[in-house]
Amino acid sequence: MARSPLTGTRIRERRLAQGMRQADLARSVGVSPAYLNLIEHNRRRIGDDLIAQIAAVLAIEPVALSEGAEGALFEGLREAAAGHAGVAAALAPEVERIEELVSRFPGWAALLAAQQARVAALERTVEGYSERMAQDPFLAATLHEVLSAITSLRSTAAILVETGEMDPEWRSRFHRTIHEESLRLSDTAEALVAYLDTLEEAESGLSSPLEQVEGWLARCDFHLAALEGARAPSPEVMVSGVPELASGAARTLALAHIARARADALALPLEPLRHALEEDGLDPARLAARFGAPLARVFRRLAALPPGSGVPAVGLVVCDGSGSFTYRRPMPGFALPRFGAGCPLWPLYEALSRPMQPIRAVLDLAGRVPQRFLTYAICQPSQPGGFDAPQVMEALMLILPAPHDAGPQSRAVGVSCRICPRIACPARREPSILA
Amino acid sequence: MAHKHVLLIEDEPNIAEAIRFILSRDGWEVTHFAEGQGAMAALRAARPDVLVLDLMLPGRSGLEILAELRAEPAFAQLPVLMLTARGQGRDREAAERAGATAFLAKPFANSDLVACLRGLRGDKG
Repeated sequence: MARSPLTGTRIRERRLAQGMRQADLARSVGVSPAYLNLIEHNRRRIGDDLIAQIAAVLAIEPVALSEGAEGALFEGLREAAAGHAGVAAALAPEVERIEELVSRFPGWAALLAAQQARVAALERTVEGYSERMAQDPFLAATLHEVLSAITSLRSTAAILVETGEMDPEWRSRFHRTIHEESLRLSDTAEALVAYLDTLEEAESGLSSPLEQVEGWLARCDFHLAALEGARAPSPEVMVSGVPELASGAARTLALAHIARARADALALPLEPLRHALEEDGLDPARLAARFGAPLARVFRRLAALPPGSGVPAVGLVVCDGSGSFTYRRPMPGFALPRFGAGCPLWPLYEALSRPMQPIRAVLDLAGRVPQRFLTYAICQPSQPGGFDAPQVMEALMLILPAPHDAGPQSRAVGVSCRICPRIACPARREPSILA
Repeated sequence: MAHKHVLLIEDEPNIAEAIRFILSRDGWEVTHFAEGQGAMAALRAARPDVLVLDLMLPGRSGLEILAELRAEPAFAQLPVLMLTARGQGRDREAAERAGATAFLAKPFANSDLVACLRGLRGDKG
């Protein structure tokens, strides 16, 4: 419940300061304008959930509405104290004397709360970078190259320094090794620096809007349960307050994703789809025929099923007509490049040149541990076209583990030319750092 | 001096060459393979004193080779030194569970490699 009788007044003040109409705010949080009017005039109490929703739309911390600016300060100080929960009792912050701290030393209290907010933001940034470092296949491959070159250099140099008498032929070989590995280390380091430079160009300083959306969806296991019911919340409510959607562009993409996912869920309801999977198995063509749905919709739906639906791990990649990724759900073992395009031999790109023709291919994915996958691809219009404008197409590639009886026919592919070990591949567009 | 035989599975040729040189000077007979397939046959034929196995290998990984090795009673007690990259915490845990005897992180000091192998063989010197 609202802790302050002035919560409604603060809501109204904030709304007016942003130039937002009462009807718009009411619609955003799913209440009637009349009800919101009563709230704003402090004639109705509202619960914490609605305060949180309104705060998200007004881009303000909920405690600032329920307790005012002073409440936000107390909240920050309590968070700072919570961060020291493990210290000895003699050094623990005197939480029960927060009000005394604020009243006697308002400047120091404000500084402490502001520092806490900055620490929390930096921690989220570091966590985000760590996550990217750990999962980025280009970084993993590059760092492995660096480590291998350094290991060779260290051992070889130590041999030359520590070994007394040595056959001249061996000495010459080791000098050559040092030269080769130095060049390899130099090239790899150059590629790594160039790659790290691109990390600074992202919109939010942490990730692109697409990656922000992917981060949000990954947290939800790529399944938006709220869209499965007969009545779904408004998309604006679903994206409000989502920490991963840090930018306006990311929220715009998320809204479009929600609209499409909702349409997919209505066309292929969860229980009938699970029943169909039990009867027909994981065959996108049979599912499409059974539900009268386009293959693209079946792909998206399969990649958005909740865990425990009887479907194995599924990956999905979507690209527009230029080949740029517009959606990525990674598949364990099938790394998806963060920047640039994937392997030109992927069925995803082949589908772009053969619109409306389904493609099925077993892929042998190159890597330090080669793996095999079953993929389905299709290129379809992404929206209705007309006679006077270009057709806007998108291609989708569904990625599944290859069954044991996948057969001998398979296609040798990589993740991206930059880190692919298939040096002699005719489709290679740039040298590999693994050369 | 008692015969000492080590089988090395390492795909990086320059690293393998340096290891062969270092261990040869310490009196080891070194048999080298760049991948696991041929190495398994050599293991069964030669029965080395120690196996030095790189974790990251093309084709079959070091973990897969180690698991296959430990499944054979004849190799259940074979000392295995795993070469790992720093930061591969999860892989090291997996290798421990698979039965690796010892680990050496790359890049390593040559003297540490020699000491590890002597220790695994039970040499006093």
